[in-house]
Amino acid sequence: MSAVEMTMQTVDRVDVEDFLFHEAELLDEWRLPEWLELFTDDATYSVPATDLPFDASPDNSLFYVADDRFRLSERVKRLMKRTAHAEFPHSRTRHLVSNVRIRERREDELEVSCAFVTYRTKDGVTDTFFGSSRYRLVPQDGSFRIRSKRCLLDSDGLRSQGRVSIIL
Amino acid sequence: MNAFQKMNTALMVDEEKRIFKVSRDMFVDPAVLEAERERIFDKCWLYLGHASELPKPGAFVTRQVGGRGILFARDGAGELKAMLNTCPHRGAQVCREKSGTAKSFQCFYHGWVFGLDGRLRSQPGDTSYPEDFKQRPTSHMQQVPRFEVYRGFAFVCFDRNVESLSDYLGGAREYLDVICDQAETEMQIVGGSQEYAIRANWKLLTENSIDGYHAISTHATYLDYLKNSIGGLAQVAFGGRAVDLGRGHAVLEYRAPWGRPVAQWIPAWGEAGKAELQRLYDGLVTRFGTERADRIATFNRNLFIFPNLVVNDIMAVTVRTYYPLAPDHMQISAWALAPQEETEWARKYRLFNFLEFLGPGGFATPDDVEALEHCQRGFRNAGETQWNDISKGMGKETPSYDDESQMRAFWTAWNERVFRVHA
Repeated sequence: MSAVEMTMQTVDRVDVEDFLFHEAELLDEWRLPEWLELFTDDATYSVPATDLPFDASPDNSLFYVADDRFRLSERVKRLMKRTAHAEFPHSRTRHLVSNVRIRERREDELEVSCAFVTYRTKDGVTDTFFGSSRYRLVPQDGSFRIRSKRCLLDSDGLRSQGRVSIIL
Repeated sequence: MNAFQKMNTALMVDEEKRIFKVSRDMFVDPAVLEAERERIFDKCWLYLGHASELPKPGAFVTRQVGGRGILFARDGAGELKAMLNTCPHRGAQVCREKSGTAKSFQCFYHGWVFGLDGRLRSQPGDTSYPEDFKQRPTSHMQQVPRFEVYRGFAFVCFDRNVESLSDYLGGAREYLDVICDQAETEMQIVGGSQEYAIRANWKLLTENSIDGYHAISTHATYLDYLKNSIGGLAQVAFGGRAVDLGRGHAVLEYRAPWGRPVAQWIPAWGEAGKAELQRLYDGLVTRFGTERADRIATFNRNLFIFPNLVVNDIMAVTVRTYYPLAPDHMQISAWALAPQEETEWARKYRLFNFLEFLGPGGFATPDDVEALEHCQRGFRNAGETQWNDISKGMGKETPSYDDESQMRAFWTAWNERVFRVHA
């Protein structure tokens, strides 16, 4: 087995960074259906409330976003419609990704952390989202698929931004 | 023109011609906000928090309520206390954490220590104070003028002479009862709070929270999502009524096709879910009989308690309160409410359901935020286009859940309080 194991041994931070920069570009260019393809079939995407412990579960605590793969695909479908009023016309965003670290190499996945700053501009108002992300990445075909992405906001709730209608 | 001089221009009402209009100045004028602070937020019962947030002696949360900083704590005897979070000595905010558990509260400025009930225990250099200093009422953290709890919902009022909370809630009590009766034990706040803001006037969120009319257009993508979800919706059509509960309180009570954790099954919840919901429903029938059980389980409620508390018992239960920072800016806090005894399965599906619609990351609330902000933008034209139309369903004997009678109830009470105009 080899292919996976070898990849797991040889993959380094630059590979992960390249992947995360690619992901950020897809989001900033609103290529959301392509972005969705980065995720595994059992993937999750979540944004916890900011007054919860780091390892809180959406099964028993209130989050802002806790999507399984189905709901994530519906989120993408929604955001691509004119009737997703919060994002029509589309806001302009810039996802910055930094401080990337491989935290752990497991049998078939990497635990990766990074810091993010995402700017969103719409109707003359610019909001900043900032925090850290945790990814579980599965090496595949010379790149990765995302098994989970959790974005932990460092802000005091969404007091200044008001909503998280974009994908972080 | 000051707020008083505007008293006759806030509303334009003609029952016979079925005209009900609200002046857009009410959403933009700083003098109106000043009047609201004095005549609404200083006078009405305001939601502080839920008893379940303080499960043990020493548990506390700090909140902003009606412009004040409140320390809400459970003291050593298990009593709930609502204190003004300010040091009696020189005024500093005493507790600076959002929540936690404490044995006492200490003001860091000069080191005064207060008990969980706010009584002064010790202060450095106490030999420089008279012997009876700790016995003086002015040495302790001050309690809010009025504090009362109804079925776990804790309220404060800054007007010492206000009527009792129970009288104030009036017709809304029955609906709070229906919502709380979902639990065999008590309802509780689930961990995690949603804190967000909208760049719009606070009254727009009042209207929006009890607006059955906007769902089809504003929330088109949410309804699309429900249709796409596994197995689709319950075989239930939208339908129901709006009720004016007096004192500005109002409720929509209606059926809708989404799943309800207590207790309307949808195919996505599978056979296991069907059995669980049947068990919950049977429990309701045993406790309350079929009629009330059906009402609790299959009807949705958007309950508005004047001036700024919303308890929506829909695809999940949310408690939401909000305050103006400026005429065009409000802050919102929202929580999930659930039966304490709920199984892990039910809790998980409740929260999953909550997030698909509710909150600033959901499939619906962000579009409400957008709508409200665009109303506020539209009000820039208030000089030339002055009036909002809130007349839908006027003259009907039983207003529908998607009419606007509940908003007229709010505005009528608002007008009486702010401008002392009795309709």
